[in-house]
Amino acid sequence: MWEQIRSNQIRSVVLTIAMGALLILIGYFLGLAFDNAIVGLVIALIVWVILSLVGYFQGDSLLLTMSRTKKIKRDDHPRLYNVVEEMKIASGLEKMPDIYIIDDPALNAFATGRDPNRASVAITSGLLQKLNRDELQGVIAHEISHIKNRDVLLMAMCSILLGTIVILAWYGSRFLIFGSMTGSRRSSSSGGGGGAQLIILVVALVFMILAPIVAQLIYFAISRKREYLADASAALYTRYPEGLASALEKLGTSTGQLKSANKATAPMYIINPFRKKGMKASDLSSTHPPISERIRILRAMAGASFNDYDQAYRQAHRGEGVIPAASIAAETVPITTIKLEGEAGELNEIQRARETSDVMWRLSNYNTITCDCGAKLRVPPNFKEPQIKCPHCGRTHQV
Amino acid sequence: MVAVYIIIGVVVVLLIIFFAIYNGLVRRRNQVKNSWAQIDVQLKRRYDLIPNLVETVKGYMKHERETLEAVTKARNLAQQVSSAGAGERAKAEGELSSALSRLLAVVERYPDLKANQNFLALQEELTSTENKISFSRQYYNDSVLSYNNQTQMFPSNIVASMTGFKASEFFEVTLAAEREAPKVSFTQ
Repeated sequence: MWEQIRSNQIRSVVLTIAMGALLILIGYFLGLAFDNAIVGLVIALIVWVILSLVGYFQGDSLLLTMSRTKKIKRDDHPRLYNVVEEMKIASGLEKMPDIYIIDDPALNAFATGRDPNRASVAITSGLLQKLNRDELQGVIAHEISHIKNRDVLLMAMCSILLGTIVILAWYGSRFLIFGSMTGSRRSSSSGGGGGAQLIILVVALVFMILAPIVAQLIYFAISRKREYLADASAALYTRYPEGLASALEKLGTSTGQLKSANKATAPMYIINPFRKKGMKASDLSSTHPPISERIRILRAMAGASFNDYDQAYRQAHRGEGVIPAASIAAETVPITTIKLEGEAGELNEIQRARETSDVMWRLSNYNTITCDCGAKLRVPPNFKEPQIKCPHCGRTHQV
Repeated sequence: MVAVYIIIGVVVVLLIIFFAIYNGLVRRRNQVKNSWAQIDVQLKRRYDLIPNLVETVKGYMKHERETLEAVTKARNLAQQVSSAGAGERAKAEGELSSALSRLLAVVERYPDLKANQNFLALQEELTSTENKISFSRQYYNDSVLSYNNQTQMFPSNIVASMTGFKASEFFEVTLAAEREAPKVSFTQ
């Protein structure tokens, strides 16, 4: 486990340098528009530093606010809280992450937070209704793995770098076109040297167009790799790859898009929030590996260790591995075959839907009264009367 | 003169390696201690839940006196040996786990009980506590494995034996009943 975190950190450094170099080049070419490369460099760095600081200190709360989430306590949804706590124990995380529910029928989940001591997991109410306990455990294990593997900060910082490059390239290319027009006028009046300047401007313009694409490809490649690693860790923590596989199957059949997600936050989710029906998302421009492939790998696992995941991955990719060699241990880890909760304590889908809607009402400060006739009364927070009559059977209740 | 510098340099490098290994051992030993404490928390939580559970189901399960008594007995026994070592404790807790799973299996015969809100909440807590026990055991054993490897493998075993780090005991389920899949019997 330690090896994996360390290789992750090394990769973050390499990636940050690569993308940082792109940013510096952009700044340099942007400077050409002002006839002063240093000014461009300084502007690029300042924009990046400011965005990174905001992202580091406020990123998680911004993301949670943008996704319109609500924080829950243990009593609001004991099952969800318990499952998160179970995965916290299995992964050896020191602090219990905060739990949020997104009130959206779409199926998705994400994790955020700059370090394992300040982390949150969020899940949509739709997904919470759809999944049974084993599947929920798989999804939460996947999210906790992102926290444990330090993916969350890495992806946040990368997306900020990418964002900076995109913004600068967008403005830069417009400055360049404008600047080249005024520049050519100036050079024609002074005479000579116009040809060389024109070549530089064309090179700069081509670079401005290519840089965001290259940055995006680097970013997506890293993001896909993190997803595979999180799947492998989830299988190891739960010792039950089938839980996550079956959850992914449910996630894969839904096509509802998440309203509160946007392009910048997409890689944070367990599956791509913008996918379309029948899309084969194995191309380079996808943040997530195709779901069918993730399921196939999970189901092909002979045991629950990283080694088993790597073997299954190699089968699907003709010999190419995904797990850093240092974190593959030789010991065998058996898959759990008897799931206690599968038989006794399992709620059916209707019960889970009711449970989830109860939580959503409670979180918007509605009071729930259960009448003896079996009806549930939802009392709005601005209801002032001391008593309420059941519309079904006519009994009066104290509010 | 150069030779003296080389010797000093080698000694400094060796010292740095020594302390790095030592710190790694301490970190792993603390992880083992922490994860043991985590199992302990969950086992104690199970002792607290069982009297509540027995109290709730007693009224419904008139014909299951033996099953209920077995659970209570196993719980009390497990609590008694809770200060013993990992090996003995694992045995008593394994006994309790199998008594509990027998109880939860017969619940299926009592539809009234499955409609009881109080029982459903208790059942969720119990299921989750069982999971937490097995996950904390899993993490404890992972920590022990990583720590024991460090105390036995070269070169960290030299540092370990010099500074008195000893291998830890695994928390293993010794009970055959818990390893086997439950058998279904149709005769009453």
